[in-house]
Amino acid sequence: AIDEDRKAKYKAAVKIQRWFRACRVRAYLRHLSQMATLIQKWWRGYLRRKNLRETVERAYFIKKLKFYNEMAVRIQKMWRGYYVRKYTHSFYALKKYLKAVSVNNEYVRCELQEYAEMRENEEKMKDLEKKEKKKKYEARKMHYLLSTEQIPGIYNSPFRKSPDPMELLLRKSKPLTHKKQQVKSPLADELYDWPTCKKPPAFVTALPVLPADRQKPQGPFRDPAEVLRQRYKPLEPTLRVRESMYSAPAKAREATPREEWRSSIHDNEFLPFSSYHKNYEKYVPSLCKSGKYGQEAYGTKYFREVYPEKWIADKDFETMFSSIALFEKFGKAYSSTGQIV
Amino acid sequence: NSGVVCLLRPLLLDVVPSIRQTTALALGRLADYDMEMAEAIVKAGILPQLICSLPEENRYYKKTAAFVLRAIAKHSPQLAQAVVQCGALEMLVICLEDFDPGVKEGASWALGYIARHSPELSQAVVDAGAVPLLVLCIQEPEIAVKRIAASTLSDISKHSPELAQTVVDAGAIAYLAQMIPNPDAKVKRQVLSALSQIAKHSVDLAELVVEAEIFPVVLTCLKDSDEYVKKNGATLIREIAKHTPELSQFIVNSGGVAAVVDCIGSCRGTVRLPGIMTLGYVAAHSEDLSMAVIVSKGIPPLCASLIEEHEDHIKAAAAWALGQIGRHTAEHARHVAVANALPTLLDIFVDTHSSEDLKMKASRFKALKNILQKCTYLPALEPLLHEAPPTIMKHIIGQFSKVLPHDSKARRLFVTTGGLKKVQEIQAEPGSLLQEYINTINNCYPEEIIR
Repeated sequence: AIDEDRKAKYKAAVKIQRWFRACRVRAYLRHLSQMATLIQKWWRGYLRRKNLRETVERAYFIKKLKFYNEMAVRIQKMWRGYYVRKYTHSFYALKKYLKAVSVNNEYVRCELQEYAEMRENEEKMKDLEKKEKKKKYEARKMHYLLSTEQIPGIYNSPFRKSPDPMELLLRKSKPLTHKKQQVKSPLADELYDWPTCKKPPAFVTALPVLPADRQKPQGPFRDPAEVLRQRYKPLEPTLRVRESMYSAPAKAREATPREEWRSSIHDNEFLPFSSYHKNYEKYVPSLCKSGKYGQEAYGTKYFREVYPEKWIADKDFETMFSSIALFEKFGKAYSSTGQIV
Repeated sequence: NSGVVCLLRPLLLDVVPSIRQTTALALGRLADYDMEMAEAIVKAGILPQLICSLPEENRYYKKTAAFVLRAIAKHSPQLAQAVVQCGALEMLVICLEDFDPGVKEGASWALGYIARHSPELSQAVVDAGAVPLLVLCIQEPEIAVKRIAASTLSDISKHSPELAQTVVDAGAIAYLAQMIPNPDAKVKRQVLSALSQIAKHSVDLAELVVEAEIFPVVLTCLKDSDEYVKKNGATLIREIAKHTPELSQFIVNSGGVAAVVDCIGSCRGTVRLPGIMTLGYVAAHSEDLSMAVIVSKGIPPLCASLIEEHEDHIKAAAAWALGQIGRHTAEHARHVAVANALPTLLDIFVDTHSSEDLKMKASRFKALKNILQKCTYLPALEPLLHEAPPTIMKHIIGQFSKVLPHDSKARRLFVTTGGLKKVQEIQAEPGSLLQEYINTINNCYPEEIIR
């Protein structure tokens, strides 16, 4: 019993001591934390006080900026509304523009109308002219229908008050002559119409037209056109004998077209100027024999002197050579395939 | 027939030139007539023989050979490909350099037919160096050569922007533009078609064409007496107008819209189609341009063509153009409605339900819808109420419901013309948009009237 009592008192004492120690420790911890808070408080205050100025300045600056932005937005809003209403989507400008567009359209329409009318007129004029031309040609062809002194023509009936317009046209028109139409032979047109040589060589058009129903002669004969071409080929003299083309022998040698010669009334050709014969038809001496001071005597009066003792062989050397026949025939022999080189 | 080809083949190598020429002519005519003949000729391997001796031949042979190539190439892309593979392009280009205008014409015609079929063939023609020679051909004095060269350039440039750029780089635009005032109708057709094929690909090309100062001159083509010249002129303007608002603006400023409107008014049939599309493109870009089209009296011809034309695609194009004009603001829609276009549109939409392509119907529907969504001109909407199918009815009622709450006179008018009665007769599912509109309308009026 005393033992339990002792134990109870012992436990109580332990409890009290425990509690007291805990209190002491708690108080100590509380003290520590309070001191830490104090230190932190002072430290933080110090830091803030150090940066106070900057912070306040910054806040002030931001506040001012926000305000200015607001105001700027307000100004921009007003300005943009005004600008758009006045310039970009301007109603009056649009109206003016549309009016200008319609005025321009009217103008364009007028111009185009005029152009169309002009074209139509041109077409009509062309048609009219064609008709006129046709009528005139008809009148010329039917010139025999003109009325004479005794017999009235069909367009000049005695029962009419005045002659028909066709009659007047007949009176004005010249009758068509029986001039042979210049029938361009198709051969001449096709084969020789190159850009570099416009006119066909003379001998082609001079082909006589053979009767169409002529029987082709049997046998290995060449085509008559080719033969005639070969026969009437013009002379092409060598350079040795070449002369001025106006001198009389040259003209005589030139292939005068046969029809021209036949149909001209007199042989003197038409001279282009009145003093042609004085200035242009001078006597042109031969190239080989003429010199500056008159005709050379060489070739007529004397020739190169002859020194027989200087001859090496029996005869003198050749002064003139015969032309090489082969070269003369170059490109002109009729046995090539008929192409004109 | 294949017997004929085999017989003709040795004659091509004959000594006498006129025989060769006549053989070539015969082959050309055979190929021209029928596609199987052309294929037989190609299969018989005649083309290399035809072509191999071409540079030394005389001009009649060259012309006939070009005719044969053209006759073969025109039938199908495969035949054209066969012609190209035989090496014909180099020979044709050599023919293009010849002096004789007939040979040039034949060669460029053949090149045109080859290039027509596909972009690869066009590229082959361009690679053979034909384009600068064609540009030279355009400057020739003979009308036929000009015409064919212009048509060939048009065929080359129609396929792709690069080919069109090649043609432009050769300096073609200036010469083509100079030829527009030419009095001959066929030349004009081809020139205008060439320019429109160039301009259609991109904005830069279209700007280049415009910079060549075609503008007032092209408008005279719209007044030409030849139908196809008008059509091609309108096509050219359409291709230019469709790219950007600036180009359309330029066209409006130079009075092009007036000319196009007149052109539509004076033509009939497919010739009108490019003109109608031009108006649509110009109006589509912005509301100012659309107003300009309205001011140039563009709407009456469009309505007329809607009524008069029989072809579906022209009607669809006219409906589309009206939609583009009317869709911008209420003002535009009012102009369209005043011209009495809406009943016509509705009629077309309702009538040709069965016979039409679904796409066209959809585009007409969109046009109508676009106009209706902006239309506040009630007198025009009234007659539509009575006839419209449910899809359109929704929009019409929507418009009424927007305008009626604010305008008392309109409300009175609505009742007197029997519109309110019609509205009551419409059955609508509760909760749908239509029901909402109907409710809005009913709320404008006191109860007694509704009953």
